[in-house]
Amino acid sequence: MLVLIGLALVVIGFVLRMNPLLVVTVSGLVTGAVGGLTPLQMLDIVGTAFADSRPVMILLLALPMVGLVERMGLQAHVRRTVGRLASLTPGRILLGYLALRQVTAAAGLLTVLGVAQTVRPVLYPMVEAAAERRAGPLTEEVRDRLKGSSVGVETVGMFFAEDVFVAVGSVLLITSFVDANYGLQLEPLDLAVWAIPSAVVAFAVHGFRALRTDRMLRRRAAAPAPDAVP
Amino acid sequence: MIGPEPVNWAIAAMLLVVAGLTARDRGNPRRHTSAAFWGLAGAGFVYASWVTAGAAPAWPLGLVVLTVVVLGSSARTLRPGTVTSTGDAAREESATRLGHRLFLPALCVPVITLVVTLAGPAVTVGGRPLVAEGSASLLGLALGAVVATVVGYLLLGAHPIGAPFEEGRRLLDLMGSMALLPLVLAVVGVLFTRAGLGDAVGQVLQTVLPDGRLVAVAAYCLTMALLTLLVGNAFAAFPIVTAALGWPLLVEIHQADPAVVFSIGMLAGFCGTLVSPMAANFTLVPAALLEMRDRYGVIRTHAPTAAIMLVANVVIMYIFAFPR
Repeated sequence: MLVLIGLALVVIGFVLRMNPLLVVTVSGLVTGAVGGLTPLQMLDIVGTAFADSRPVMILLLALPMVGLVERMGLQAHVRRTVGRLASLTPGRILLGYLALRQVTAAAGLLTVLGVAQTVRPVLYPMVEAAAERRAGPLTEEVRDRLKGSSVGVETVGMFFAEDVFVAVGSVLLITSFVDANYGLQLEPLDLAVWAIPSAVVAFAVHGFRALRTDRMLRRRAAAPAPDAVP
Repeated sequence: MIGPEPVNWAIAAMLLVVAGLTARDRGNPRRHTSAAFWGLAGAGFVYASWVTAGAAPAWPLGLVVLTVVVLGSSARTLRPGTVTSTGDAAREESATRLGHRLFLPALCVPVITLVVTLAGPAVTVGGRPLVAEGSASLLGLALGAVVATVVGYLLLGAHPIGAPFEEGRRLLDLMGSMALLPLVLAVVGVLFTRAGLGDAVGQVLQTVLPDGRLVAVAAYCLTMALLTLLVGNAFAAFPIVTAALGWPLLVEIHQADPAVVFSIGMLAGFCGTLVSPMAANFTLVPAALLEMRDRYGVIRTHAPTAAIMLVANVVIMYIFAFPR
């Protein structure tokens, strides 16, 4: 029961806004020690788990390309192109990306789009340009809101559509876990079907919020925030 | 057969190059310790290949990882460097000159990822699959990123040979130690499991078995979301909460349809992922990469959708899980 202290440490560390890397590592080591692991066992576990988890860092490989196209002016180009298209409001761009993300995720194409390879170089500059065309110069606060919204359509779109695909990791985890432990014979397709209602609701809920971005901008443009005044 | 190893080598190379560039960056007041952070991480990636192959002990790698964590936890050791990228005027000029060609490198990534993901598993050499099962999308993304960089370099014209790496370092420095957080979180998740955290949580949950169908559904979904919020990973929470509540309570006592319960239970967990700083890849890392001022800004955006979706999943499970 004492090992629950690890979770408490995580909560305290994040609430106090301490360095996340340090918080989770200390909490992991404390949990291990309380749970009866020896220092050598812990080092072995850390080393093995690190080796096994390396592909999670694949995001790094997209960075040289993203930096290169930024250096050559992609964001400026996106801004100009979007600036000419009057029908493209930030809300509609976000809604379109949400739909695209749900369709690609439901087809099992999780790595085709992503924060590093798509949101930073293309989606956010589009949203920002469309917002500037409607509301003029943006405050840092509004920019942060738009950045959050751009990441949001990516993550929400992926999370609530990926389980519609039968061969995605979480569906396979469910079938292997319950089949091994409870002697069921669940087919991945049985599970994937039941992910569809949530995918539809997620599109309605988050799509509605995406479209509301335009209203937020109109309100800001009508009554500029205090920090917009020089 | 090609597994994930080439992806690991490419990431290792990237980390080592960044370490080299950082070590030479005189504009960085902590360039030696910063270079040590990236370099040790890269060296760990290389050594890990022997660990995976069973040819070297894992504990030295554990020591390296802990050293990297210590170096990454303070601004006294890890600082962003100085990279001379192009200014706004040069970017406007280059955007005019290159036009839509600028989209090509960015398009290479999804197109190549798509092709390798779909076609990769079908390719066989001498009757055996060329790509190991489950590795196609990883290899596709890695190949797409490398090809896109080369295409970008050739297509977009004259710049110094080191430009792609310097630009990669510029973006990596925006994330700083946050860049390694997803990997460290994966490591800590294994420590949690091996220390028996799951059993302890399960014991706590089983003492409060609730009564009534709707209460049981709500308890399962809320616990999935809450435990995922705490550990940052719905995959880790699922076996614990399912063994404690989902199976004994919903399936055995209330005769719920297991396919509905488990499928939607996992989605309830995802609601926790959306608002968890422990799920750094989806929350803290994007905030850093987009240079948001608030580290928790992405979580703030996710929160209303996560809350509504959690309620929605309870309702959907309650409607569909009990066959009449």
